[in-house]
Amino acid sequence: MTTTRPHTEPAPLGRSGLARTVTSDTGRVVRISGPVISATDLPHTRLFDVVRVGTERLLGEVIKLDGDLVVMQVFEDTTGLQVGEPVEATGEPLYAELGPGLLGGILDGTQRPLENLSTDGNLYIARGADPHRLDRNRHWDFRPAVEVGDRVGPGDLLGSVPEGHAIEHRILVPAGAAGIISAIHPGPATVLDPVVDIDGHPIAMLRRWPLRRARPVADRLPLTVPLITGQRVLDLLFPVARGGSAIIPGGFGTGKTVLEQALAKFSTADIVIYVGCGERGNELTEVLEEFPQLTDPRTGAPLMERTVLIANTSNMPVAAREASIYSGITIAEYYRDQGYDVAMMADSTSRWGEALREVSSRLEEMPAEDGYPAYLATRLAGFYERAGAVQCLGTPERTGSVTVVGAVSPAGGDFSEPITQNSLRLAGCFWALDTALSRQRHFPAVNWLRSFSQYGLDAWFDREISADWSPLRRWAAASLQDEGVLQEVVSLLGVEALAAEQRITLRIGQALREDLLQQSSFDDLDASCPPQRLLAMLRVVHEAGAAMRSALQQGVAITDITAASVLADLGRMRRWPADNIHESASRLIQRIAEEMSSL
Amino acid sequence: MTTTDAQSPFTVGHRTVTRVAGPLIVVDGMDGVGYGELVEVETGDGPVREGQVLELDGSTAIVQVFGGTVGIGRRQTSVLTRGRAARTGVGNDYFGRVLDGAGRPRDGGPQPVPDDYRHVNGLPLNPITRAHPDQFIETGVSAIDGLITLVRGQKLPIFSGAGLPANSLAARIAAQARVPGDDAEVVVIFAAMGVTRREAEFFRTEFLTGGAAARSVLLLNLADDPTIERLLTPRVALTMAEYLAFEQHRHVLVVMTDMTAYCEALREISAAREEMPGRRGYPGYMYTDLASLYERAGRVRGGTGSLTQLMILTMPDDDITHPIPDLTGYITEGQIVLSRDLDRQGIQPPIDVLPSLSRLMNAGIGVGKTRDDHRGLADQLYACYARGREVRRLMSIVGESGLPTEDRRYLAFAAAFERTYLGQGPARRTLTDTLEVGWQLLAPFPAAELKRVSAEHLAHYHHEASVTATDA
Ligand SMILES: Nc1ncnc2c1ncn2[C@@H]1O[C@H](COP(=O)(O)OP(=O)(O)OP(=O)(O)O)[C@@H](O)[C@H]1O
Ligand SMILES: [Mg+2]
Repeated sequence: MTTTRPHTEPAPLGRSGLARTVTSDTGRVVRISGPVISATDLPHTRLFDVVRVGTERLLGEVIKLDGDLVVMQVFEDTTGLQVGEPVEATGEPLYAELGPGLLGGILDGTQRPLENLSTDGNLYIARGADPHRLDRNRHWDFRPAVEVGDRVGPGDLLGSVPEGHAIEHRILVPAGAAGIISAIHPGPATVLDPVVDIDGHPIAMLRRWPLRRARPVADRLPLTVPLITGQRVLDLLFPVARGGSAIIPGGFGTGKTVLEQALAKFSTADIVIYVGCGERGNELTEVLEEFPQLTDPRTGAPLMERTVLIANTSNMPVAAREASIYSGITIAEYYRDQGYDVAMMADSTSRWGEALREVSSRLEEMPAEDGYPAYLATRLAGFYERAGAVQCLGTPERTGSVTVVGAVSPAGGDFSEPITQNSLRLAGCFWALDTALSRQRHFPAVNWLRSFSQYGLDAWFDREISADWSPLRRWAAASLQDEGVLQEVVSLLGVEALAAEQRITLRIGQALREDLLQQSSFDDLDASCPPQRLLAMLRVVHEAGAAMRSALQQGVAITDITAASVLADLGRMRRWPADNIHESASRLIQRIAEEMSSL
Repeated sequence: MTTTDAQSPFTVGHRTVTRVAGPLIVVDGMDGVGYGELVEVETGDGPVREGQVLELDGSTAIVQVFGGTVGIGRRQTSVLTRGRAARTGVGNDYFGRVLDGAGRPRDGGPQPVPDDYRHVNGLPLNPITRAHPDQFIETGVSAIDGLITLVRGQKLPIFSGAGLPANSLAARIAAQARVPGDDAEVVVIFAAMGVTRREAEFFRTEFLTGGAAARSVLLLNLADDPTIERLLTPRVALTMAEYLAFEQHRHVLVVMTDMTAYCEALREISAAREEMPGRRGYPGYMYTDLASLYERAGRVRGGTGSLTQLMILTMPDDDITHPIPDLTGYITEGQIVLSRDLDRQGIQPPIDVLPSLSRLMNAGIGVGKTRDDHRGLADQLYACYARGREVRRLMSIVGESGLPTEDRRYLAFAAAFERTYLGQGPARRTLTDTLEVGWQLLAPFPAAELKRVSAEHLAHYHHEASVTATDA
């Protein structure tokens, strides 16, 4: 069997005239400042071309052209590099390699498999390693979906291979290619073996796509379906749409990582891309040890089989941290194009922004706010705008989505800083984590008064879950708001200053906060909560409020009402067995009503 | 450091120093030197000073001089290159020794004989070679063992304020740390940056007298030593520690104090380079720089050793949002926060458990590790204390008489908790004692109030007292 070169998908329509011949140059290093290197004698080099720097051939990328000087960022540690060493420009931008074998992968920021970066039992990351991004030796069982003689164009389904137990990896016609299927090669194939021929040209499964460019789609669709997260506070009060974006700003220790990991485990996505960007090594180890033990709640397959992990921890080179976000979103778009709902978690986008800032400062660019470069907002927009729900290119007709959830780590926990503020303008959901709540061990520490969601998803919930969803949701939001106002009075004057009616509002607020919104990720039973359970719990709290108010009207003393022992059972709702949720709810509603009327 | 290393010959060169700016020198004629490499600066009189290349532009290099630039002139100064990055010797011969901030003996003793040499910057551990830390360390301090549990391979800072007893807490943990049921010795590498002679003397007596000497190394950069040398001190310490932990399979505790002095040295270099300052003048890359130190903690797969870090930092103005504690908190796995209020009341050690946290606690406690009730009890004590503190705050507004009985119980609890649980004084408590003290403190509460503990644990451990007793 002949093998083909990986298929580099050309630029989408409109730019295809740019098809360029690859010229490689060899220059030499003239200046070194950390990850930023300048070289001369590279006349053919273009912005964002990949370079190999020095005798160790460190991977880098051109970020500025300045007269004869070519300035680049190097994705590996540059210690020991000398002026005068060679720089080889490849004439190509940084590509992601796309194809079967991505799922379950653990990659660095430039998509290098981490297991290939430490050889012979070495514990540390070696420099200059350039392993294949995708395994070239593994065989996949290609099942064609076309016949000889079919006319195909970009994005059309050619066939599929099973990737893991649950995902059918769809092989599509590359962007820019079209013609008549002239041969089909079913059965086992590596990513470089041809699986079909189009007009006599062999097409393999491997695709290459420039990281920094969004992949084309047929159309963008309105966002009408929620990504169910399994987190009550989010699904109820601040739901995110499939294809939407959310940010999680919060000071250190407020629960960003725990929340991102919970979403990676439980959200209703087909594929999860988890990018650990400039964060802790141990957190990735935790994911690596935990995920293989867990199963995807929807398919029953091991969770790792729907996950791609990209790990560029805080002690790994800073420029590769910057690239990691783009590696992640490119892989996400690739699965979206197959018709999947993909969720991408980025922890933390602030470390990505800081990488930009560090490189910019070494370029001696004029800084804008807080030392970040003036193009920070544009870069952030370029990233968040790659989220979306789409009509995919090609046939059969299919839709896919990429939902992006980015953690933000504001300096001093102060949300007025540039990354939070710029992301806030782009993201549809703002899940503000609150240091005070996390100190009270109220988790997830999402501040219900400051957070918001701009996605109108009530119609979906009312239709798919229950017609009383949106009224109850509005009731809960209003009750929390009222309670917040009353709490301020209490903190100044004490609870005795409130009228009996207000103390009921306080008690309802407490039930909503403690028994509904709080949800520990470390409680196996409660770590994820499906919408039906959430609905049942919410109905109980709502009815409890009504029962308390009617007891008050009957003349019962407020202290007796709020001390009623049955209210303690609200705290047990999260332990209800998964079946007969609504029965458990009705029983509790009835007991509350009975006890209240017997007071 | 390099003085211990006679292996590589000097690459001699007489380069011209064209500029001296604070801790930096600009040197011409530096062909053939690598970025980040070590250079030696000779002035003719005084010892050879070491420096590191921060930037190369053609044949001009910007060099930070660890020994300071006093006495360096444009003439008479020659700059020699070594053809490699800064290294340190590693091995067992360093135990019992006092070294300076760059790893050279400062106790007048002989040159240690290293097992080997390692680059001080280390390399990033590959995340896939790490093993998740999950082995409980008993420190003998209730607040930590019970509520902010430390595990082997964790990085946990102590956020202190000027004058608070962080050093003695760290020394105490270093002396007492043990893993129940595991006799493996804990070795301690102590890196002190910018400390006073009095503090240095304290550490010397704590670590290098008696039996502790055989398992301790002390690196001292004093307040009046060259500040830029502080950038080396933690790196030398961690390089020695990594060797012991990941190659010799020892359990290593690295104590680093004071990270605030370290960060100030970082700021000094940044200012000298005329970099765009970040918050409060600290450089924008401080997060990455600190991470390159803190991330060197951990455990690795297939290895039996561990590298645990306890770093002390002084919060300027007791401000936890200051960039030094803030960036540290974003990297470490929790924090132990000391409180000036508790210290004033004589509560020792004055640990404020409310803002404190150990993020690896869950992995290190529970059945088979500590005890089944540990998590629930910790959550309950925390919740009761948080409520007690809130009531205390309220009381200052409405007065004690305005408080409901229930609230008064929490008030009494908070006081008792501070006095007995936190304020244990110098005595060591085993974990069992710590848990028992916790349950005793909960005795005044009726079982129904203790929602964080499971019914099963309540039945087994709760000694409910007659409620009226505490209301009196
Ligand atoms: N949903 C949750 N359920 C239970 N505990 C939580 C939850 N979220 C956070 N915590 C607690 O808070 C700690 C800190 O959470 P996490 O590591 O997610 O913070 P972070 O915001 O990512 O901090 P950093 O910015 O420093 O990375 C956790 O170790 C855990 O103890
Ligand atoms: Mg985090």
